[in-house]
Amino acid sequence: MNILIQLFISFLKIGAFSFGGGYAMLPLIRKELMDIHNWVNPGDFIDILAISQMTPGPIAINSATFLGYRVAGIMGSVVASIAVVIPSIIVVLTILHFINKFNETDYIKWAFEGIKPVVIGLITSAAVLVAKDVLIDIKSIIIMAMIFYLVTFKKMHPILAIIVAGISGVIVF
Amino acid sequence: MRLIKLFLTFFKIGVFTFGGGYAMIPLIQIEVVEKNEWLTNDEFLDAIAVSQSAPGALAVNMAVYIGHKLGGLTGVLACVLGVMLPSFLIILVISIFFYQYRDNSTIRKVFKGVGPAVVALIASSAYKLSESTKVKGKLLIISALALVGVLVGISPIIIILSGGIGMIVVKKWWMS
Repeated sequence: MNILIQLFISFLKIGAFSFGGGYAMLPLIRKELMDIHNWVNPGDFIDILAISQMTPGPIAINSATFLGYRVAGIMGSVVASIAVVIPSIIVVLTILHFINKFNETDYIKWAFEGIKPVVIGLITSAAVLVAKDVLIDIKSIIIMAMIFYLVTFKKMHPILAIIVAGISGVIVF
Repeated sequence: MRLIKLFLTFFKIGVFTFGGGYAMIPLIQIEVVEKNEWLTNDEFLDAIAVSQSAPGALAVNMAVYIGHKLGGLTGVLACVLGVMLPSFLIILVISIFFYQYRDNSTIRKVFKGVGPAVVALIASSAYKLSESTKVKGKLLIISALALVGVLVGISPIIIILSGGIGMIVVKKWWMS
């Protein structure tokens, strides 16, 4: 099959099944692009995470543009970025359409109650999977612990955290 | 005229929100509720609720909701394109030049330092979300199961569906 069509289908799937947005999409992106299609390597994956943090906008669009470009050039980034937003458009418009008919049915409420903790588990798994590739020695573990503390408890801005970590890398490695 | 205004407003939101997700909500609120008075605060809360219930990026979902409310289908297109374009253009430029400098040794060291920070940011996001959404106690067992599921190779799609269906089953037959 044409690689652009495959890319389109992959990102359509990613857009359709990533509840919670942001990091919750990473396990699925990883599975589609690395495990199923073998289009990108773990290094690409970590690079896109870092670049997404340093640039504005939704992570879904950032990663679709970057990974689409890696796989199939500029056309790849256009196809991936469009594919990843199509499910959003369809689903939100559908919800708006039915919102008065099925307002607050118990089933929908319950389903989302169950999905909430799942999303937190998915985000955690993204951290674990990336950790396997980047926590290679004691220095990297120290940088990780330091940034976690600063961001979580000292409210350091993520952009500043990335800059601090990059400078630390140049100093210690 | 309004379509152009919608496009430019969401373009601005796309340019100035780093981190994605919930980080984008304050700016959207300032632009859409306070400055342009397109929605009331109550309508804004509805928009967030629907956006969180649908898959995909929160900012894109908000753009669809607000675009539809103010300009129908063309409004949707104007808002979605507006919020996407800044990311798309910036990342495209980075992608084109990034690989030329990727093997430079200083750049490599920078990224070696940034890798662990990415782990920290994701872990921190999971931690903060579990606090703010009050996922604790027994619910954390579901989170743990989802985590193990991903690590043993189960598709996240299956895991999400199981979470949703599982909770319906529990509430309907177990608790009643």
